[in-house]
Amino acid sequence: MTEPTIYELSSPGRTGVTFPDPDVPRAGLPENLLRKDLPLPELAEADVVRHYVNLSKYNYSVDSGFYPLGSCTMKYNPKINEDTARLPGFAFTHPLQPIETVQGNLVLMYTLQEWLKEISGFAALTLQPAAGAHGELTGVLMMRAYHKDRGDTKRVKMLIPDSAHGTNPASSAMNRLEVVQVPSDARGNVDLAALKAACDDTTVGLMLTNPNTLGLFDEHLEQVIKIVHDCGGLVYGDGANLNALLGILRPADVGFDLMHINLHKTFSTPHGGGGPGSGPVGVTEKLADFLPSPLVGIVEDNGEDEPPLYGFVTPKKTIGRIKAFHGHFGMLVRAYTYIAMHGPDGLRRIAEYAVLNANYVKVRLKGVYTVPFDRLCMHEFVAEGQWADAPGIRALDVAKRLMDYDFHPPTNYFPLIVNEALMIEPTETENKGTLDAFVEALLKIAAEAKTTPDLLHEAPHKTPFGRMDEVKAARELVLCCWLPEDYEKKG
Amino acid sequence: MNIQPKLMYTKTDEWFDPASGAMGLSDFAQSQLSDIVFVEIVVAVGEMVAPGKAIASVESVKAAAETYASVSGKVIAVNEALAGNPETLNNDPYGQGWMIKVEGADASSLMDATEYTKYCEERAH
Amino acid sequence: MTYIPHSPKEREAMLTAIGVKSLEDLFKDIPSKQRFPKLDLPPALTEMEAAAELGELSIGNENVRTDLVSFLGAGAYNHYIPAAVDHILRRGEFSTAYTPYQPEISQGTLQSIFEYQSLICALTGMDVSNASHYDGATAVAEAANMAYAQFRGKRNRLVISPTVHPQYRETLRTYVQGLGLDLAGDDPNANLEAGPEALEGLIDGNTALVIVQYPDFFGHVYDFTNLIDIAHGKGALACVVANPTALALFKSPCEMGADIVVGEGQPLGIPLSFGGPYLGFFTTRKQYIHKMAGRLVGETVDNRGQRAFVLTLTAREQHIKRERAISNICSNQGLLALAAGVYLSLLGQSGLRQVAELCYHKAHYAAEKIGRVKGYSICFDTPFFHEFSVCCPKPVSEINEHLLEHGILGGYDLGQDYPSLKDHMLIAVTEMNTRDEIDALVDALAEVSHD
Repeated sequence: MTEPTIYELSSPGRTGVTFPDPDVPRAGLPENLLRKDLPLPELAEADVVRHYVNLSKYNYSVDSGFYPLGSCTMKYNPKINEDTARLPGFAFTHPLQPIETVQGNLVLMYTLQEWLKEISGFAALTLQPAAGAHGELTGVLMMRAYHKDRGDTKRVKMLIPDSAHGTNPASSAMNRLEVVQVPSDARGNVDLAALKAACDDTTVGLMLTNPNTLGLFDEHLEQVIKIVHDCGGLVYGDGANLNALLGILRPADVGFDLMHINLHKTFSTPHGGGGPGSGPVGVTEKLADFLPSPLVGIVEDNGEDEPPLYGFVTPKKTIGRIKAFHGHFGMLVRAYTYIAMHGPDGLRRIAEYAVLNANYVKVRLKGVYTVPFDRLCMHEFVAEGQWADAPGIRALDVAKRLMDYDFHPPTNYFPLIVNEALMIEPTETENKGTLDAFVEALLKIAAEAKTTPDLLHEAPHKTPFGRMDEVKAARELVLCCWLPEDYEKKG
Repeated sequence: MNIQPKLMYTKTDEWFDPASGAMGLSDFAQSQLSDIVFVEIVVAVGEMVAPGKAIASVESVKAAAETYASVSGKVIAVNEALAGNPETLNNDPYGQGWMIKVEGADASSLMDATEYTKYCEERAH
Repeated sequence: MTYIPHSPKEREAMLTAIGVKSLEDLFKDIPSKQRFPKLDLPPALTEMEAAAELGELSIGNENVRTDLVSFLGAGAYNHYIPAAVDHILRRGEFSTAYTPYQPEISQGTLQSIFEYQSLICALTGMDVSNASHYDGATAVAEAANMAYAQFRGKRNRLVISPTVHPQYRETLRTYVQGLGLDLAGDDPNANLEAGPEALEGLIDGNTALVIVQYPDFFGHVYDFTNLIDIAHGKGALACVVANPTALALFKSPCEMGADIVVGEGQPLGIPLSFGGPYLGFFTTRKQYIHKMAGRLVGETVDNRGQRAFVLTLTAREQHIKRERAISNICSNQGLLALAAGVYLSLLGQSGLRQVAELCYHKAHYAAEKIGRVKGYSICFDTPFFHEFSVCCPKPVSEINEHLLEHGILGGYDLGQDYPSLKDHMLIAVTEMNTRDEIDALVDALAEVSHD
């Protein structure tokens, strides 16, 4: 029983939310510029609410269950954050209001900048980027601008490990840089020899995720960073895995030159079915002048007794603006609330328990699931979803079968360097009972893979929907609802 | 796996027909990509191509790949019909699935069917 | 312990299973010199205390619902948001769901995005919409990206009207630094009253994309059909940046021949929220689908024969194409696309039409009355939607200071972005402004001119 589309539910003459008649005289309308018809649906409010409530029932969510998605950090999204973001004093302020009328917002942004700087160790930070990938684009633009400013125009190559997220090479390509892939060694670290060979005076820098997408902390991190610095390059940190480092290590302290932070991962802002995110970027002193503008800063220092006036400043050599207005303010309020409620000790506990949970699950799967790199992991680890004695079973089948046990599958087929990868990140907000149930399910599935493989091949069986015909979706593109008048044609 | 005896092959799984000057993706390549949903020929008639230059961009449901020129030469024909029927690359990679035709090409550095068969077998291990 | 559920006993059992003695042991790979830094942050607050602190911060602002009457637009508009919108957004099934990569358990998100795509196509008249970009400004940058990809890098010139939102042009300038494109027409000193004809001479055989805004930054509504014809004649694509509320009233850009229609979706049920998160909508014609970035939801069937939805043409995206992807975009504005879908469904044909008409009539009433106040005049003589420019007798900042004393948030100071428009104020009027409020604005403006 599927839910009809909003157009299928539409019925001529139904009205939903209406507005008053104009309380001013009607002005003449320019006839030659007017629209003839507006094919939007017609529904009553109850129809609309019912429709969306019914749709919501088909969604798995953090609020309903466990999402062990590697590198996504699907931790619990605190509800207080939803309340604070909606306070009228925040929600109904216009981005272009005079700064004197929005000091509350500016204090929040400035303070959050300071807090994120403290957590990451960076000297300066922008809150403007809308998402992690946007932060990466910003970072790459700054790296290029930095080299150009030094008169160094030879640098056109970006070094990227083979385990990197696709946004890293894509962000480099959007800056017309050549991507040079750096392999990982047998223990999952960046291959030092290959890195050394790749670093020269044409290197813009290295984009490094640490811990990496295998959940491993690079055993030669300081050497990696030194090699890149020695050839004049910069080290960009992809902060997707920062959850493992809160209160444990500040990336700037070990030599990262800049890094983006994913507020929708580490700092609990909800994933919203795909967004919005927020990707602040921290930089060391030498890159501070290149930050995007506008940047929140103090515009009038009123001395000891009066609070300063907060406003917007333009970094001296700014790369410019990377989106309209100031950034995803609504997400900044949520992150601020989250950090305020954790304090320095609470943040460290997040990292400790995230790493505890991941290692616990990994150890309990030992002997049944192959984990290619046999080391203590950090907040996530990668296992293989395949067995020599279960031919034909792939990670995809394990993932689909997990849904029958009421779990969202882990990330699969990433990173590319592990075959049939299942990347598992529990996060710190899952209790031991959930982790044990997850392990039990995975162990059962491993057994099923050998005895009743069809159960996996045809999974999921218990969810409201089964496997999709993705070939049909791509070859017979239907990207919009059938409109009411097309109903007859459709038959 | 289908390997046509009269054609020549590259290490990156493109085929070339010295008789007609046509080239395309081998059966191995199309099976790796699986269900192809989009193909765009990125060179035009009159252009020069050489090995290493992309001649087409191919997307399947789960993967994407570039197809490279197997030989050097001048493009004399482009298969316009492919854009509307990308599945042809899966169903008939050596026939209707030809991508471009070139003239003036030298196929001597390519593998013949026997060599390509051996190459594919070795690769599987 | 905030949100961490472990009891000490559970923690010990887990540490034992792992084979380490303490939590600290889990971090032995971390360089010891920099390990466990002492973070200089305020101590943790409980929820109750955090709520109080955030409450204090929020009242350090004046907001446009309870403190100020707003006539400020310039790319972000104070529209009424029906109660049911937030009611749906607050459902954890939507807000705490992940990207729908596992369609079997994500049909709520997938179908609602499919419907959003359809609703946006209905508004813009175009064939296909993606699942959204970050905002209107980055949607314009992505349009430039798409045009560059469409011509496979053989055309590298963009022509943009100076009447496109200044922040959108700034954003595009930042992006093209990296993309290696030329930008023409981006001149705030150009004749701003010249209309679309002014751009015709700038379009040449190397132009990939022509970009205009509808209504433009000054609120003016132009018919771009001729300009778009000329662009097509030179082989270029045309992008119209459109206001979605205006599209309920005015001819769709599709009818004018646009190839790409993008814009800011904030007016569709999304609060002002000091500038974000907002919603960049992006639509185009069927033939350009494969060059369009962003997520795309398509219809299909599942293995039980049920109609269902799934992310499709995913091979275009960065996680598969990596450095060959047209764009690096990963996240969309998921929850905000849902908000727009709910808003458009609640208002429907007649509701959105009503909002657009109210904006139009109220803005024209305001313009007419302001134009009759001594010292003020309406600067341009062009059809407008809900924004118009007023030539003022004094600097806009002075006038706005005075207005604030009356609890009125005045319009945008155009002199900031356009040197020829000093003392020009851009005033926006929406369905939220009552006649009394407009009259009060007029009175307050009159007061200033008498000083």
